[in-house]
Amino acid sequence: MRNIWTICRRELYSYFVSPIAWVLLAIFAFLSGVFTYIISASFARASLESQMSGQSMPMNLNEQVIAPLFSNIAVIGLFLIPLISMRLFAEEKRQGTIELLITSPLHDLEIVMGKWLSAVLMYGALLVILLVDFSFLFIYGNPDWKPVVSGFIGVLLQGACLLAFGTFISTLTRNQIVAAAIGFGLALVLWILNWTTSFGNTPVIQVLNYLSIVSHMDSFSRGVIDTKDLIYYVSMIFLGLFLTARSLESLRWRA
Amino acid sequence: MIQVQGLSKKYARHVAVNNISFSVEKGDIVGFLGPNGAGKTTTMRILTCFMPPTEGTATVAGFDVFEESFEVKKHIGYLPEAPPLYPEMTVSDYLNFVARLKNVPSNEIKSRTQQVMERCAVADEAGRLISKLSKGYRQRVGLAQAIIHNPDVLVLDEPTSGLDPKQINETRELIKSLAGEHTIILSTHILPEVEAVCEKVIIINKGKLVATDSVENLKNRGGVAGAIQVQVDTAGDADGFAVHQRLEQIPGVSKVVDRPSPADRFIFEVESLQGRNTRSDVARAIVHAGWNLLELKSTSLTLEEVFLELTGSHSQPEPVEAPAEGAVQ
Repeated sequence: MRNIWTICRRELYSYFVSPIAWVLLAIFAFLSGVFTYIISASFARASLESQMSGQSMPMNLNEQVIAPLFSNIAVIGLFLIPLISMRLFAEEKRQGTIELLITSPLHDLEIVMGKWLSAVLMYGALLVILLVDFSFLFIYGNPDWKPVVSGFIGVLLQGACLLAFGTFISTLTRNQIVAAAIGFGLALVLWILNWTTSFGNTPVIQVLNYLSIVSHMDSFSRGVIDTKDLIYYVSMIFLGLFLTARSLESLRWRA
Repeated sequence: MIQVQGLSKKYARHVAVNNISFSVEKGDIVGFLGPNGAGKTTTMRILTCFMPPTEGTATVAGFDVFEESFEVKKHIGYLPEAPPLYPEMTVSDYLNFVARLKNVPSNEIKSRTQQVMERCAVADEAGRLISKLSKGYRQRVGLAQAIIHNPDVLVLDEPTSGLDPKQINETRELIKSLAGEHTIILSTHILPEVEAVCEKVIIINKGKLVATDSVENLKNRGGVAGAIQVQVDTAGDADGFAVHQRLEQIPGVSKVVDRPSPADRFIFEVESLQGRNTRSDVARAIVHAGWNLLELKSTSLTLEEVFLELTGSHSQPEPVEAPAEGAVQ
């Protein structure tokens, strides 16, 4: 445990002394702010129009602002996550510091867990910015807080899952750009898998839809924590970390 | 402290290390010598458990590098060829991190870091970013991280590569000062380094073990027992050719070579037959002839020559068999 935390702390140190953390925070703050503004502004106009028209339409802040906001955040995440995970192992390989880690009395899994955890915390730091965005909704509206919490859990789980794969991809190369590019590719594939639903409802399409990473977000952003989705994310995280550990081990045999 | 038995590392297309065996005693400081690509780094990476061997076994501090790698890692300090530094960290933060990695107890981390920084003369740079350090300082920080957990065995891969002469000297002194407490194995392709730092040498070439011996023994190896350098004043009636001829007539001398000489003196290199000490004869002959003897010193074979001979990149002329060579000149 202590070793995982040692690795994780050093990774966070590197994120925050290098520009990468601050650039990501800035991009995320800007994009999430824009989305919050657009969605809540259109909500405000819709509610104004429904009042003007005399017939009161059912307006729900949770369903019409918070749920779509989380969906959008999840998509922003798809783009930012490869940028968080790309350096984890690629940089160590390029710098040669991987030799320090491998020749230190550590288990491979501790290295992998420490690195992945630091990436999840980094992503978590981005999500903290959302609290600012959401605080406006709580100040001027009266949304239910439970879907907000479940939405956060969902976005974080989705991120943790993609980061696990990103960590794995980072072990494959010493070039961070290659790691990021493959990460983007994978994230996009996992994203668009559920578009196949428009082609029908055969068992294959059902499987593909289940594998799609964003389709599991929807219930979270609506305030439902479904075991099915939870199992999906947790098992994907395990798969990603398992692949990373194996890849790290094979590095040693191939070296 | 280190036992290596029939160690091999094979890749798909080539063999990096081929069946080498050697042992290193506790407290030894051993030079691991070989040309580039001889398999030094590979052997060191196997010893430090970075990669497993294809065949053979190696034990460090009594633990097998493959079966008990976790224990080996606790007892070994390793400085790879490129020091494993994180450029974005400060020196002291980095060393604290390594101390934690190497299981230094939490309450000792601060004092150990301070100790090794002083030991390696980087204490003044404690708060600087590693990316801002010069190469010599980086190397020292690399050494500091290798000794931070006070390991029994230190493995240093080309610790002086890429440094300037002053830094090389400082690094060598530092390594020598560590010798008492640690068993050190250092690789290099620079021969004077081995002469300057090590007591024992292990020479490998193309993955094979060529020699393992003490520096002294290796230097005494080879056909020539000991050459002597003679310097004679040009004043008076001395002339180079006459001196040369006179030297050749001394019994026991196998070969006399003219060396490039300044205007005021002649310099000759006199080689003797195996087991013959001709120094006093040479001195007497010159003085009797009425020449002024300026200097007489024995020059044993340099490690460089031994190395070239052993690695087969150069064949030493056999002086015993070819005594005529010198006379023809």
